[in-house]
Amino acid sequence: MTDSAAVVEAVRIEGLHKSFGDLEVLKGIDLSVADHEVICLIGASGSGKSTLLRCVNLLETIDAGRIMVHGQEITADDVDVNAIRRSIGIVFQSFNLFPHMTVERNITLAPTRVLNLSSDEARERATTLLERFGLADKAQEYPDRLSGGQQQRVAIVRALAMQPDIMLLDEVTSALDPELVAEVLDVIRELAEGGMTMLIATHEMGFARDIASRVCFLDDGVILEEGPPAQIFEDPHEERTRRFLARIVAAGRM
Amino acid sequence: MSLPGSGLEDDPRLEGSRRSRILGHAATRDRRNVWIAVISTVVFFGALIVVVVNSPGWLQIKQTFFDWDEFWSSIWSILRYFRLNVFIFCVAEVLVLALGLFVAVLRSLPGPVFAPLRILAIGYTDLFRGIPTILVISLLGFGMPALQLQGIPDSKIFWGIVALTLVYSAYVAEVYRAGIESVHPSQVAAARALGLTRIQALRHVIVPQAVRRVIPPLLNDFIGLQKDSALVAFLGIVEGLNRANIIVQADFNFTPLVALALIFLIITIPMTRFVDYLIERERRRTQGGAKL
Repeated sequence: MTDSAAVVEAVRIEGLHKSFGDLEVLKGIDLSVADHEVICLIGASGSGKSTLLRCVNLLETIDAGRIMVHGQEITADDVDVNAIRRSIGIVFQSFNLFPHMTVERNITLAPTRVLNLSSDEARERATTLLERFGLADKAQEYPDRLSGGQQQRVAIVRALAMQPDIMLLDEVTSALDPELVAEVLDVIRELAEGGMTMLIATHEMGFARDIASRVCFLDDGVILEEGPPAQIFEDPHEERTRRFLARIVAAGRM
Repeated sequence: MSLPGSGLEDDPRLEGSRRSRILGHAATRDRRNVWIAVISTVVFFGALIVVVVNSPGWLQIKQTFFDWDEFWSSIWSILRYFRLNVFIFCVAEVLVLALGLFVAVLRSLPGPVFAPLRILAIGYTDLFRGIPTILVISLLGFGMPALQLQGIPDSKIFWGIVALTLVYSAYVAEVYRAGIESVHPSQVAAARALGLTRIQALRHVIVPQAVRRVIPPLLNDFIGLQKDSALVAFLGIVEGLNRANIIVQADFNFTPLVALALIFLIITIPMTRFVDYLIERERRRTQGGAKL
C-alpha cells in the first residue's frame, strides 16, 4: 500500500462486519482506497461484494467496524446520512431508474431537490452529461423505451449529476446482453481516466485487469488477497484465488 | 365456402386463426364466424324478449317499472335533485383521495418512532372498514347535529359527506398501501442513494408510481362512493333517491326508481371506459407500446 503523504485517503474501511439474520456476509473487511484509485472487487456471487458497496453508501447498517470517507467517520451515529450520500454515487446492477420520469427528470431530480439547484441549472448539467456520453437525443424518453446499455449509462449519468467524489459500481454490466456491455465499460473507463475514485464490483475480469489500480479478491466475507491486477491475475498467491480465476477462465469470461 | 368433410370445422380444440390456417380459408372463415356470432346473438336475445313479453305477468311489470310517460315526467325532476348526489360524491371523492393517501403514508412510515402513527392508521382503517356505512351515516348525521354544540355544523349534508369520506378513506388507504408496497425496494434504494430524504423519496418516487398502479381499484371505490351517495337519503336529505321515492309514493309506480338507476349507470359506465383509455395512453407513453 502506498503511504506517501501526498496520497489522500478517500475511503478507509476497518474491521467491517455485516450479517443478515444468522448469515454473516462480511467477516472483517479492511480496505484503504486512495483518491483517484480504482479498486475492483472480484469474487464469487455471495462473497459480499455488493454488500460491501451498499455499506459504503449507508444503504446497509453495519454491525461492527467503521468506515471513513475523506477522514470523516460516516458510520458514526450522529452523521447526516443524506449529506454523506451526496458525495458518494452508486450505480446498481438493475439500473433502478425511475420508470415514471423521463431520462432528463431522472437526472435532475436529485440535483434540484437535494442540492437545491434551479431547474435550469440542473437541466444544463444533465444536458452536458448526456452529450458527453452520447445520450443527448434520449433526454425526453422514458427509461423503459431504452436498451439496457442506454439505461445503465443514464443511471451512471444520474449518479454523476450529483458530482460525487467517489463512485460505487455494483456489477453494472451483469444484467446486460453481451453486445451492450462494451458501451457501459467505455463510460467507466472514461471516468477512471478522468481521475474518479471508484470501487467496482465486477465479473468482467479483462476489464478489471485493464482499469484497476488494485484488485481485491473477496472470499467468504473477507478480502483474501489484494494487489495490482497483473499480480492477482497472473500470479495469485492464494489457492482459492487461483481456483476462482480458473473457473472464470473455464467459463470463457476472461 | 365449401369445406371438405374433414370434421375440422366442428373441432372445438382448433380455435380461431390456427384452425383457419390449417384449412387455408383465413379470411372467409373469419367473416363466417362474425356472421354466426351476429345471427346467434340476435336469435338468442330475440327469443328471450319474445318469452318475457309473452309471459303472463309482463303487462303489470311493464306498467309498474317501465311506464314511458311516468319515466319522462319524473326523470327531469329526479335529475334536478340528483345534482345533490353529484355534489356529495364529488366533494367526498376529493377528500377521500387526500385522506386515504395520508393514512396510507402514515401506515408505511418506517422505524420505531412512528409506531403510534402506524397504530393510529391501522386502528382507523379497521374501525371504518368494519362498521356498516349506513350506521356511520346515522351516527354522524343524526348524532352530531343533536349535540347542538357551538362550532359544530348542523347540516346533514355536511355530516353525510364526512361519514362517506371516513368510510371510503379507510378502503382507499388500503388500496394506496397495496400500491406503495408494490413499488420495488430498489426504487427507494436508488432515491436514497442520491441523497433524497425518506419523505422526498416517498413524494417523488414511490407515491407517483404507486398511484399509477392503483388507478383501476381507486376507480372501483369511486363508483362505490357514487352509489353510496344515495345512502344519505336515510338522513331525510332530499337527493335523487328520496326524490324518486316521493314520486313513487305519489304515483303508485316504480318507474322513477328505474329512471334513477339509469342515471347512475349513465355516469359510471362511460367513466370506467374513460379511465381505461387514460391508463392505456399512459402505458403506451412510458413503455414502447408492447403489450405484456
